[in-house]
Amino acid sequence: MKVELRHIHKHFGPVHANNDITLSIPAGTIQGLLGENGAGKSTLMKILSGFLRADSGEILLDDRRVIIRSPADAIRHGIGMLHQDPLDFPPLRVIDNFLLGQQAKGIFLQRNQALEAFQRLAQQYDFSLDPFAYVENLTVGERQQLEILRLLWSGVRVLILDEPTTGISAAQKQKLFATLRRLAEEGRTVIFVSHKLEEVEELCHRVAVLRAGRLVGEMHPPYDTRKLVEMMFGREIQAAPRASFAASIPVLRLQQMTLEDVRLRMTAVDLDVHAGETIGLAGMEGSGQDLFLRACAGLVRPVAGRVLVGEQDLTGKAYHAYKRAGVEFLPAARLEEGLVPGLTLSEHFLLVSERQGFFLQRAYAQRLAEEQIALYNIKGRPHSPVESLSGGNQQRALLALLRQPLSLLLLEHPTRGLDVESSIYIWSLLKERCRQGTAILFISSDLEEILQYSDRVLVFFSGKVSPPLEASALSVEELGGLIGGKGWEKFGVQRES
Amino acid sequence: MKREQIGLSLGLRLLAILLALLFTVMVLLLSGAPPLEAFRQIVLGAFGSYKRFTDVLVSWVPLLLVSSGLLITFTAGLWNIGIEGQITLGAIATTWALRLLQDSTFPPALSLLLATLAGMLGGAIWALLAGALKTFGGVNEIFGGLGLNFVATALTLWLIFGPWKRPGIGSMSGTEPFPQALWLPVLPGLRLSLWALVPGLLAWGMVFLLLSNTYFGLRLKAVGKNLRAAYLLGVPTWQHMMLAFLLCGALGGLAGSFQVTAVYHRLIPAISSGYGYLGLLVAMLVNFQTLWVAPVAFFFAALNLGSIQLPIVLKLDSSLSGVIQGVLVLFVLLLDGVRRRMERG
Repeated sequence: MKVELRHIHKHFGPVHANNDITLSIPAGTIQGLLGENGAGKSTLMKILSGFLRADSGEILLDDRRVIIRSPADAIRHGIGMLHQDPLDFPPLRVIDNFLLGQQAKGIFLQRNQALEAFQRLAQQYDFSLDPFAYVENLTVGERQQLEILRLLWSGVRVLILDEPTTGISAAQKQKLFATLRRLAEEGRTVIFVSHKLEEVEELCHRVAVLRAGRLVGEMHPPYDTRKLVEMMFGREIQAAPRASFAASIPVLRLQQMTLEDVRLRMTAVDLDVHAGETIGLAGMEGSGQDLFLRACAGLVRPVAGRVLVGEQDLTGKAYHAYKRAGVEFLPAARLEEGLVPGLTLSEHFLLVSERQGFFLQRAYAQRLAEEQIALYNIKGRPHSPVESLSGGNQQRALLALLRQPLSLLLLEHPTRGLDVESSIYIWSLLKERCRQGTAILFISSDLEEILQYSDRVLVFFSGKVSPPLEASALSVEELGGLIGGKGWEKFGVQRES
Repeated sequence: MKREQIGLSLGLRLLAILLALLFTVMVLLLSGAPPLEAFRQIVLGAFGSYKRFTDVLVSWVPLLLVSSGLLITFTAGLWNIGIEGQITLGAIATTWALRLLQDSTFPPALSLLLATLAGMLGGAIWALLAGALKTFGGVNEIFGGLGLNFVATALTLWLIFGPWKRPGIGSMSGTEPFPQALWLPVLPGLRLSLWALVPGLLAWGMVFLLLSNTYFGLRLKAVGKNLRAAYLLGVPTWQHMMLAFLLCGALGGLAGSFQVTAVYHRLIPAISSGYGYLGLLVAMLVNFQTLWVAPVAFFFAALNLGSIQLPIVLKLDSSLSGVIQGVLVLFVLLLDGVRRRMERG
């Protein structure tokens, strides 16, 4: 089926997530969709699959204008989406998952009919799935296969896949690609959303690149990787001069640390972090950097290896032990994980105050809060509830809540959602900490921020970690390529799992 | 809060009370009773005489203790529905201690003190069980508490009809009453004991102080409002939840203990008299404002006492008070939801 998107606009508050996107995909094509986090890929695909409504613009299927109101509506029009996290029901059996989401015909389940259809489809696409296995015992790749079969049985003619190769084995990936090629040959349209350049180049008949909500370019094979990276990340970035820290004593040492979650496994990472240095963690969201940062705080337990803070071995200890050793972690979700909505600024300062007796000293709290508000330039009053502050001021408050002195500060997206002025201010506060000897590890999806503020950079890709790279010697193309999985050979790291 | 918001909030509270009254009137009309007369009887039943007024205070004490305790767990974000069982265990522990001490040479005052402490301990342990199930076993405190309530009831019945049965045959009227020396002294001619009333008021004041003016109270608030952030900010979260359970259980246990030493002077099957569930209603109604616990609990106690008159005078069931209390809470919560919607947009 031919899919056409015309002049799609979508706003989220002040953010123009999709800005006048026009894209035409002929039937029987595998269309790649590239872009960094927040470029608008997911928004566009959610509009096409009925999860979101566009503010304006139109969608044409086989030259017929359609209005898609809901995911069920999208399925009726023949559009199905395979989400990054499979939308299935782990406690149920494969066959029951297969049956769910079908148009109900009568009250009773047509299990036998479904079973036949399931086995026919599975055979057709060469998937070996036991219809009576429980979904919770399947691998991510098998759950994906189940999802594909389910969507095919619903009669979809357009299949959208969002980062489908994260967390599946190499063999499963080859099978997935073969299936997608076959679906395209049968005249179906496949939209493949990914940030992995190599896969896109291998699989897709054509590629569209989104950046900051706009469609910035399209490309047909043969692909020019350099050009794709440039389209994805845009600007040239100037790096500032750096100091060298190798001489000082490490504040954090990771020795052969191995981490695992459902999607990825990160093996035997070694790293020494020195007092006063800043290390940026780059990578597409979900490439393992969040897991890594939380492991440095004791919020995620490594499955092997050791974590040393200063002289202390804190492997397997809880976050509060790390905190006592001078480590602090600032989450990206400020109101969900960082601050306590409903409490005021001064109550927050009391909460972390080191001279806690039995009774609250309101006068002391007032003075403390006023001091910190002035020091960190927070737009708020001591009795303001934290949820009434703007994002930038919440972030300043979080920084004001950090203890003094601190040996290691771990930050997730320290300036996400902040305007330029706030970001610069936040970084001036952070760099002041560095001068006092605090080492900083931070995650950011903004390459400019990574290159501008880091001394060294770690790149994450599908659970692989690059060796520490000197930020001053790194170009934006090189970094962009690494994030997209290109150029890893030189580290001697095996690229595929 | 802005001035209009306070006005709106107050207006909706009054509307909730009005709606609850209206609903009760409808119930009364449907059952063929004259509403005004019913309300008059309730007021008379609660405040018709000095004696009746002090009777209201008698049931105010456990309600005050239980509601104050529940505010601690509510503040920590916990639904301590197991409070019924904690009251019961307080009563059982007090009975156990008094049975041990009644034949000893201890002065009665000391025996009573020890028995009261035993009651608080009993309630606290029962609450810690629910807390441990939640913290270490991953059992939601509502389910754990509910289960423990049933166990507590079964334990009471087993004791009354088993090991602690009256000489001869066990009966629903409870265990053998204790000698009068082991009763908490009451005001002459009345059922009210200042030895229960004063600790009740003290507990309420202490909970108020604890929640509004101490670091412990602030940390509990942080745990209740955002567990994750509280942990990241350095608050030992599970320890605070356990402490909240412990304190609430101790206050529930104290309520149960007074039911034995000041009211029934023995263990009876329904020793908790539903004060736990009623206390949950009070705690929900006051919405974290400790100062309001005393008046609201008093109002509920008055409704309970007042409606005792209804079957005698109007041939109505006394459970009408429960209807009024329940409907009132429902309307207040409903209009709270309405207010939140209005504020959102």
